[in-house]
Order: sequence, then C-alpha cells, then structure tokens
Amino acid sequence: MSEATASHEGITGLVDDWAADKQAYHVPWGKAMMWIFLVSDTFIFSCFLVGYLNVRITTTQPWPPQSEIFALSFGGDPIPLILIAIMTFILITSSGTMALAVNFGYRKDKVKTFWLICATAAFGASFVGMQAFEWTKLIVDEGVRPWGNPFGAPQFGSVFFMVTGFHGLHVSAGVIYLMWVALRVKRGYYDDKGFEIVEIAGLYWHFVDLVWVFIFAFFYLL
Amino acid sequence: MASAEGQQHPLGIYYKIWILLFVLSGFSYAVDYLDVQGALRWTLVIIFMFLKAGFIVAIFMHAVWERMALVLTILGPPTVLLILIGFMSIEGSYTEGLRFDYMGHDRNAVALTPAELHGEEGDHGGEEEH
Repeated sequence: MSEATASHEGITGLVDDWAADKQAYHVPWGKAMMWIFLVSDTFIFSCFLVGYLNVRITTTQPWPPQSEIFALSFGGDPIPLILIAIMTFILITSSGTMALAVNFGYRKDKVKTFWLICATAAFGASFVGMQAFEWTKLIVDEGVRPWGNPFGAPQFGSVFFMVTGFHGLHVSAGVIYLMWVALRVKRGYYDDKGFEIVEIAGLYWHFVDLVWVFIFAFFYLL
Repeated sequence: MASAEGQQHPLGIYYKIWILLFVLSGFSYAVDYLDVQGALRWTLVIIFMFLKAGFIVAIFMHAVWERMALVLTILGPPTVLLILIGFMSIEGSYTEGLRFDYMGHDRNAVALTPAELHGEEGDHGGEEEH
C-alpha cells in the first residue's frame, strides 16, 4: 500500500506525509476510513457523556446510588455492581480474542482466525444478553423509566437508557459485522485480497470496548 | 512497521496487555467494592480508566505503531472535547447554584436505595432478596 516510501518517522514523517499532493495515510483505505468513522463515533458518545455530565451537575435532586441499584444477589447478600463487573470482564476478554484474531489473520491462519472471531462475537452476544437482563431488572423490578425512577434524579433513567442502549446497539452491530467477516475468512474470500479486514473489524470492536471503559467509569463507578 | 504486511507483532505483547487490562478492571471494581469515597474514588477511577483506554488504543488498536500523520488525525480532534467538558461543567455548576439559591431546591436531599424502597413495600418481586 505504501509504495510512496514512508521513510521518516515521528514529526519529520508527519511533515513528509502532508507535504505534497500525495497519499497522506500509508494504510489501506478501509483502515483509514474505519478510523475516520471511529473518530466521528467518539464525538457522538462524547456528546452523550458530556450531556450526562451536565444533567448530573445541574440536577438538584440526589443521584441514585448506582452501586446498590446494580447489585445482584446470588442467594446471599447483594454484591454491589457485580453484573456490570462481569460484563466489563467479558468485553475485555472479547477484545483479547479479537487482538489474537487480527494477529492470526496476518499469519494467514484461517482456521484460528475464524474461531477467534467467532469467540469474540459469542462474548459480544453474551454481553448484549446480560444487558437485556439488566434492562429487564431495572424496568420491571426497580421501576426505572426514562422520565423518572423511585430513587432520585429522573435524569438517571434517561442517561442510562440512552448511553447503555446506544452502546448495546454498537455491540449488536459489531457481533453481526464480526460474523460476516468470520464467514468470509472461512470461505477464503480474503486469500488474495489480504487480511486487513480482520484488523479493520478489530478496530471497531476495540472501540466498542474502549467506549465501555468510559461508561463503566463515569456512569457506574462515579 | 505499518506497511503492506500490516500490523504484525509478537503474540506475547497481546497477552501481557490483556492481563494488564484484567488487573486494571479488577482495581476499578475494587474501588467500588471496598466503598472508597470522595476525591480518592474519583482519582483512582479516572487513573485506571485512562490507563485502560490508553493500552487499548496504543496496543490493541496499534496506535503506537502507526505513523504520526494517522495518530494525530485520531487523537487530535477529540482533545477539543476537553474544552466542551470544561465549559459544560462551569455552566452546569452555575445552573445548579441558581436552582438552589432562587428556586428553593433542597441542598440536603438524599437518594433512596433499593433496600429502603423494597423494605417499605414489603416482599417485592418474589425471588429477589434485597
């Protein structure tokens, strides 16, 4: 891809890459476009999180205690935030399997790549399943609604459903995207084209994990 | 480096970062589990968050191995968000102050917990033990 030899690194390389009427990014076009998409998606999620910051500050009603609301009991005393912690670990596990899939893709090991992408998608699907369980518990048992809840500030519900819903939508879309890539890997569609697509799909998946890192910190922990 | 061969790195670094992400997530959860509160909670949660985010972007998304032209395209624009965050916190604090001072909102209101709520209503939801 980078036939216009990208010789310099760092700042000199930056100046070189932008210094003339030529290709600025020495990566496959699909990867550059995925990055541009992810930057735009960053802004969407940031708008949600900054909106959350604003309503959290402006509301004069007390913010509901997340740690206790998202607690779950396995027979004994409720363990605070346990479901969210499990979801976090599942998403990190899926990020790891995806990183390995990218690596084996470039090694042209199609069988391992296929199964690792499948594992990633399966972890993603279980994440969405747990989220569905969490939503059900909150709506049916706790009576949380987008316009109000029994604990405190009504904005809690609207932020919760919007932010986690939009993230869950990304995970669901990612699962479908990954399955599609996995099937094409298995069928040998990329044998001649190269396996950059696995890395591009991986970028999307890691981004979904990245967004969850911020949601976990700001919405659930703080 | 990033070239026709794509991003190929030894597997070991992925395993190390993977374990590190687990450990950092465990620390984040421990902050809540051990009920650390106040400024320390914010500091710890935000440090662990940025470390995790940094490792994901740098290693899993290969940003450290990309050329600077691409890295700045990715990381440059989002830094503008810091200004938005700053503005919205200042504006938010001002709005909150107005509501307390002029609209008679209660500064000492306390949120209810699920335990308190379900305790009042008696047995709720059958198998749920709150």
